[in-house]
Amino acid sequence: MTTPAPAIPDETASPKKTKAQKAKENLTSPWATGAAIIIAALWTIPTIGLFMTSLVPGEQYRTESWWNVTFNGDLTFENFGQVLFDSFGDSSNAPPLLGNLINSIVVTVPTVVFPLVIGLMAAYAFAWIPFRGSNFLFVFIFALQVVPLQLALIPLLKLLGPEGIGIAGQFPGVWVAHTIFAMPLAVFLLHNFIAQIPSDIIEAARVDGASHTQIFFRVIIPLSLPAIASLAIFQFLWVWNDLLVSAVFGGIKTYPLTYPISNLAGDYGATAYLVPPAAFISMVIPLIVFFSLQRYFVRGLLAGSTKG
Amino acid sequence: MAGFHGGRLPLPQSGLDAEFWSTQGSNLTLAAVAIIAFIAVVALVMFGADLVRGKARDKVQLVVLITPVLVLLGVGLVYPALDTVWLSFTEIVKEPDPVTGINTESVNFVGLANYTYAFTDPTMLRTILNTLVWIVMVPLLSTAVGLAYAVFIDRAKGEKALKSLVFMPMAISFVGASVIWGSIMYDFNETGEQTGMLNAFLGTLGIDPINFLAAEPWNTLFLIVILAWIQTGFAMVIISAAIKGVPPEINEAASLDGANAWERFWHITIPSIRGTLVVVMTTITIATLKVYDIVRTLTQGRYNTDVVANKMYVLGFVEQREPLGAALAVILFVFVIPIVVYNVRSLQKVKETR
Repeated sequence: MTTPAPAIPDETASPKKTKAQKAKENLTSPWATGAAIIIAALWTIPTIGLFMTSLVPGEQYRTESWWNVTFNGDLTFENFGQVLFDSFGDSSNAPPLLGNLINSIVVTVPTVVFPLVIGLMAAYAFAWIPFRGSNFLFVFIFALQVVPLQLALIPLLKLLGPEGIGIAGQFPGVWVAHTIFAMPLAVFLLHNFIAQIPSDIIEAARVDGASHTQIFFRVIIPLSLPAIASLAIFQFLWVWNDLLVSAVFGGIKTYPLTYPISNLAGDYGATAYLVPPAAFISMVIPLIVFFSLQRYFVRGLLAGSTKG
Repeated sequence: MAGFHGGRLPLPQSGLDAEFWSTQGSNLTLAAVAIIAFIAVVALVMFGADLVRGKARDKVQLVVLITPVLVLLGVGLVYPALDTVWLSFTEIVKEPDPVTGINTESVNFVGLANYTYAFTDPTMLRTILNTLVWIVMVPLLSTAVGLAYAVFIDRAKGEKALKSLVFMPMAISFVGASVIWGSIMYDFNETGEQTGMLNAFLGTLGIDPINFLAAEPWNTLFLIVILAWIQTGFAMVIISAAIKGVPPEINEAASLDGANAWERFWHITIPSIRGTLVVVMTTITIATLKVYDIVRTLTQGRYNTDVVANKMYVLGFVEQREPLGAALAVILFVFVIPIVVYNVRSLQKVKETR
């Protein structure tokens, strides 16, 4: 969008001043500032509350609020140790969360790599290799992004289950399911980026006799690193935080952190005090990834959702 | 109870014995091996395709590049989706064989019976209506708050940090967010001190505590707030980028013409970012349709809070009523068809202008 502003020669003399004025105007509107502060607080306080509640000793969880416990000086880090290493659940021999934490890693890392590699290959083909049906296929894959994955769950489980190839309930089953569901977004996002590589670079390589394989490894991958980073973060957060795919395609040996937490959260029993520390533990790694790589995450969001 | 400070018993650490570590170790090894093997196979096939000489080379390499994605999507998404559509028109009858006594399954075509049931049974109908409330409210709430916040903090001091605060819930799982709201904000005690932050706050105002998750019909709205809390950051980041794309000259000119901030917002900012607002709303609508984690974690559909995505899971995987679950999945899909059409059209427009 490049709508030229109507020219008013005598008054656009000092653009710097206008900018400063405007900044001031934004800040000095007390309503706007107040509203912004309230929103920022509402979006932060719940998470802080979760952390503080994690530190409330179990026997005070039902009767004392976290701010009272804080004033009394009774906060303890013991809950974290209990849910990670002792037990997490209704009975004292319920398995601790450490196993689920490791499961989360085992589920997530491969399912970040697989769709990235396959998506990059397809994205390069759709962006730079003209072939019949290319446009149709790309639009079709793009449209699949919107199809609710619920539509595929039951038959796909049959395909991967004991009547099919028999990998449901194990890590490979979860990997395959996650990889499939990630493909539409991966192809679309990477295509958007790869299509913007200047055509001179690709054409020059082609004229020099480079094959698609050579261009893929020597040009596309090095130039797409920012897009790769964006997609990797997306996929990481999506898989790490997923419950549905893991619940359907996983089993008792593969359940990630979200599964036992979701089960116990609806319980409201005597062990309810274990839920906040568990939820906080499940958030630590994604929050670290998110804050350290936020730039790429935002870039990926913008690439994925601003069309034209 | 183990783990309480003070009365800690020397429990045998049930989970964390040698067997635990050997299982976890082999799981981690499995993941590492899978990744290395996958990359090795891809590289081998790619370089293998590079050994082809002559005209066929380009074609072979094209096939290598796009086959994986087409197979995965064809087998993993397109075929299952079609199968679900077929399943939704059937019923599965399980009865013992009169001779052998072994249970046999027969699949009968029943036409629209599952759909008729979905749209006449009161619980199912309630589930569909709840879902409609979700897909109207979540995009509206998130976009409105995201837009307001983006405008308020535009060019303010510390804009980046202020954005991070609202954006942060994007990194939290729906399960985690449900715990945050269910156990921290909405917590309700029938007697004694209110430990939930909202009820404690209401208490200071002299208002009786509310059992947020059970208070029909408003409880659906309280669940909706959780998803809106997550999605607002997304809306805000996209909208903020769009606002920065509005040429500042227009605002300056309008301001010189005497337009105040409010008028400039309605007559310049909103029209300039209309396209972005549509994209944000549709994206959030799609995300909303698929969400089942929040309902499953907090109410399991009780107190009339069920939504299609959760009901579909329960029918398909808990109650063994797959055809009915399939019908709900198809209904879910029908809801998004207009969005698919709209998105495909705008993509084609972009492609034409390229």
